[in-house]
Amino acid sequence: MDFRLNEEQQMLQDTVARLVRGEYSFEKRLEFSETELGFSADFWRQLSELGLTAVPFSEELGGFGGGGVEVQSVMAELGRGLCLEPYMQSVILGGGLIGQAGNDRQKENWLAGIASGELKAAVGLQEPQSYYDLNNVETRAEKNGEGYLLNGRKAVVIGGHCADLIIVSARTSGNSDSADGISLFAFSPDTDGVERRTYPTIDGAKGCDITLTNVQVGADALLGDEGQAGSVIEYQAGRAIAALCAEAVGVMEMANELTLDYLKQRKQFGVPIGKFQVLQHRMVDMMSELEQARSMAILAASVADSEQSDERRRVLAAAKNVIGRAGQFISEAGIQSHGGIGMTWEYNFAHYAKRLIAINHQLGDDDFHLERYAALLQAS
Amino acid sequence: MNMNYTAEELAFRDEVRAFLDEKLPADIAAKVKGFRRLSKEDHLRWQQILCKQGWYATHWPEEYGGVKWTPVQKHIWDEESCRYGVPRSIPFGVNMVAPVIIKFGNDAQKQHYLPRILSGEDWWCQGYSEPGAGSDLASLKTRAVRDGDHYIVNGQKTWTTLGQHANMIFCLVRTNTEVKNQEGISFLLIDMNTPGITVRPIITLDGEHEVNEVFFEDVKVPVENLVGEEDKGWTYAKFLLTYERTGLAGIGMSKAALSHLKQLASRRMKNGKPLIEDPSFSQRIAKVEIDLTAAAISNLRIIASVEGGGVPGAESSMLKVKGTEIRQAINDLARRAIGPYALPFVEEELDLAYDGEFLSDENAAPLSAQYFNNRKLSIFGGSNEIQKNIVSKMILGL
Repeated sequence: MDFRLNEEQQMLQDTVARLVRGEYSFEKRLEFSETELGFSADFWRQLSELGLTAVPFSEELGGFGGGGVEVQSVMAELGRGLCLEPYMQSVILGGGLIGQAGNDRQKENWLAGIASGELKAAVGLQEPQSYYDLNNVETRAEKNGEGYLLNGRKAVVIGGHCADLIIVSARTSGNSDSADGISLFAFSPDTDGVERRTYPTIDGAKGCDITLTNVQVGADALLGDEGQAGSVIEYQAGRAIAALCAEAVGVMEMANELTLDYLKQRKQFGVPIGKFQVLQHRMVDMMSELEQARSMAILAASVADSEQSDERRRVLAAAKNVIGRAGQFISEAGIQSHGGIGMTWEYNFAHYAKRLIAINHQLGDDDFHLERYAALLQAS
Repeated sequence: MNMNYTAEELAFRDEVRAFLDEKLPADIAAKVKGFRRLSKEDHLRWQQILCKQGWYATHWPEEYGGVKWTPVQKHIWDEESCRYGVPRSIPFGVNMVAPVIIKFGNDAQKQHYLPRILSGEDWWCQGYSEPGAGSDLASLKTRAVRDGDHYIVNGQKTWTTLGQHANMIFCLVRTNTEVKNQEGISFLLIDMNTPGITVRPIITLDGEHEVNEVFFEDVKVPVENLVGEEDKGWTYAKFLLTYERTGLAGIGMSKAALSHLKQLASRRMKNGKPLIEDPSFSQRIAKVEIDLTAAAISNLRIIASVEGGGVPGAESSMLKVKGTEIRQAINDLARRAIGPYALPFVEEELDLAYDGEFLSDENAAPLSAQYFNNRKLSIFGGSNEIQKNIVSKMILGL
């Protein structure tokens, strides 16, 4: 048993950490967030130049052949910097869906671009009525002579505003909440009938809702077999969940470091407020929640790329549940411990707090995953 | 990053399983798994089996009859023994006073006491807490005054677990009142049969006699029963507390209790369905199982770090808090699982030999009592609040 990173993994994490420290000061992040792009094109280019956008891809694609632990190493540091780049959406989820379901030609067209960072993918799996259930798909794809005609709306597509490639789920058959009959389509956002309503998100990123009105795509837009995408989506969402868990741990580490510093510096009644037991115990609780979260992020990373099974499903649901609860606790307890300064835009803590809450709204919150876990409960 | 056991560790696990399959008495395992009372005889019988195997003293050097297990092996033993229903070892002799004697005692003490701990001849209890010294242990008042070749001990100890079975007690006593609280304490080994010692039961809220008060009235203790130096007892006490704290998270026991809970919830019915399929109850189980999964990984992380040469620090304190909260949550759910049958307190069903009709479930009788009994988990071994003070000071530097 050994929970340490190996030398390569440690180097990878150090590389990302150095880059984030150098390029992603809190002040710069606020500037990146306010641009039209919503993140730093320059930082994205540097991620790409250092080969970091290629981490999970095979060596033929210029990649690293990295698994869950390598992705975890990258995501944790992006979390510490509150980085806004669509790494999870494009590299992990977009790249993962194409890698698993795409045919040779699609992989050739898109994967190398995603791995090099030149092509940014965004993935629309949720819909206004779907809540977090990715099998709940009402967007229709009707087969016709030229390929497929898409109609429907995909909800809260993070990174969709600037994507070069949009991947959506759409129903080619079956009831609106059935895992059967879901297909994946990848196409340019410039296709006729694609309308994006772009917005900033509460945690400083950008996303959009995408309305598809008679969007005609070719047969070559279909990713994988028609109607068979349910299991692909579930598997790749699982990888994305593991990545989010790793990011969340990075965010929580910083949130706790900031809070601890503040307890030592801020004086009231003539002493640092960290002398007060009620604040000490809350700080210990924050550390303890972080350790629980860290354990689950490690476990999630260890199953992220293994074959699908109920055990993998359980671990990922458990991990996202713990991350969601721990994140909310640290967010709220940290703001409370900071007092008024924790409420301000100018001070960085609040932005960590917001990211933690936002992560709980991506790919299912703690309640959603608790329900999933409960459904997979084994009698003994 | 590797969360798997090595081939040697897996072989060790097989060895443990084979041993338990063959040697663990079925009646004892049934009592443990069904939360029934264990007698002194049960404990001693099992201790002798363990001793014969050479697996009783896992914290001792081999020269004194200990077994040299790695942290991972200890963990494997903990997991397997909880799963099999091995009785919790009574730690006061083997895991508490013995490490102190080995580290700070003299040769005569080692030669006299260690074999008697192994053989079961001595049953030790712990004389730490006093009515006025709980979390603030160093404020203890039991007084030992040197008089020739003896100390004369006067005072009172309390919460003395299984003191009614013990013939020896290790005590923290005050030998100097002129210095700071921590500096005037000594560590004495006292024969419970010495005149002037009275043991009085404390009946706990579940009706059990598990803890006692011990009174000392002009008790003459030979000076050779002093461990280490006079007035240095606090150092030894703190050393002992670190032994006490590791393993207090009770991950293995929580796993066994959770498995018991899930079986119970599969038998009990609500709305015509097993309780484990009830949406709200299954989510309660799910939540505690998830928390236990995380705590178990945290535990492994500590073990792996110790295996790699690290020292378990205040992480154990954090895990003690989490682990005891989890175990209490499981006990809470087990009590809830039997619904109205949490009320009847049917003492005869606690007896393993009971062959009458069970009022409800065969495992229902101890559940409420156990829930109340295990409120102690967050109080003993340094209350959970004290653990947070430790983390706050040692890890956070507050």
